[in-house]
Amino acid sequence: MTIHSLFILSKSGGLIYQHDHNQPSIDNEKTFSYPLELKLDLQNRNIVVSFGQRDGIRVGHMLMAVNGKKVTGHQLEDGREALEVLRDEANYPINLKFARPRLTTNEKIFQASMFYPLYALACQLSPEPRSSGIEVLEADNFRMNCFQTLTGVKFMVISDPKQSGVDALLHRVYELYADFALKNPFYSLEMPIRCELFDEHLKTALEQAERSGLSNV
Amino acid sequence: MTIYNLYIFDRDGQMLHYAEWVRKKQSGMSRSQVSPVDLREGYLTYCTNKYRLHLFETPSRIKFVLNTDAVATGIKELLHQIYTQVYVEYVVFNPMCPLSKPIESELFAARLDEVVRQSPAYASRPA
Repeated sequence: MTIHSLFILSKSGGLIYQHDHNQPSIDNEKTFSYPLELKLDLQNRNIVVSFGQRDGIRVGHMLMAVNGKKVTGHQLEDGREALEVLRDEANYPINLKFARPRLTTNEKIFQASMFYPLYALACQLSPEPRSSGIEVLEADNFRMNCFQTLTGVKFMVISDPKQSGVDALLHRVYELYADFALKNPFYSLEMPIRCELFDEHLKTALEQAERSGLSNV
Repeated sequence: MTIYNLYIFDRDGQMLHYAEWVRKKQSGMSRSQVSPVDLREGYLTYCTNKYRLHLFETPSRIKFVLNTDAVATGIKELLHQIYTQVYVEYVVFNPMCPLSKPIESELFAARLDEVVRQSPAYASRPA
C-alpha cells in the first residue's frame, strides 16, 4: 500500500502545499548496439522515447544518462549534444539509462490549477441535481481522493488504488492544517504553507495511514 | 443502480453520439499526467457524491463516456461491450456510416439502448 503524494489547494485554486511521500522511481539501464531500436525525440528540451517500448523502457521515458554520464536537458555532462552522440556509430555499444520524468514544481502548480476547473465542471455535467465536485478520480494504477472543506480549501491525496482509509487521512490532514498552519501567526491565508511542525505531523500521519491501510487488508 | 447517459467522442473530440436514459438535471451549457506510474489501459473514472463518470478510450482514441450512479459496478466491461459489439458491429461495419460524422444510424441507437438496458447496472434503477 502506498500513498504517492499530497496536494493542498487554496479556495482560489492555487497550490499552497505539495508533498511527495512515496514516489516510485522507475528507471532502466540497458546496453544498446547500433542502430538504436528506440526512437528518441526532443520534447520540452528533454530527450524522450517516442516509439519502441522494450525491457521496461516505455514511451514518454526520459534519457537520464549515457555511459554513466548524466544528461541534463539535451546535453551530456561534458557539453556534447546527446542526440549527436547517439547518432555516431563509433560510440556503440552504448549504455543508456531511462527514467520516467518527475514533475517539476512548475508542472505541479500547473496541474493543481488544472484540477480546479475540472472539479467545477463535474458539478455542471452532473445528471443529478445538487452534485458535489470530483471526490474520487480513479485509473488503472492510481487513485486521487479529494476533500473540499466548507471554506473551499481542497485536500488531495494520490495513492495506490488499493489504499484504504484515505478519507480518514484527508480529515486528519485538515485537522493538522487547522492546528499548525492556520494557528501559526506567521502564516497568511492563500499563501504557500512553510511550517516545520506541519511538515513533521503530516509525515507521521501519512506513514500511519500507509501502515494501518496495510493491516486493514 | 442507474445508468444516466452516454457520450461517444472521436479522436478529434467531435461528439459522435449522445444517448440518455435517466437524467434529472439538465446542464445549463452545451480532463493530464497525474499518475506517478505508467498507465496500463485507458480507463479512468471519477465520482462525486451524486454520480460516477466512466471514460473508456480505445487505442484509436475513440472515447466512450458513461455516467452512472456512484455505486454501479461492471461498467468497464459494459463500455468494452458497447465498443466491440455495438460501435464496431453497427458503425464500423456499416458502409453507410461515415466514421468521423455524428452517428445517424437508427439500428445503432436501438442496439445501444438494448445493450444498456440489459446490463445489470441498469436493472435495479431506483424510482
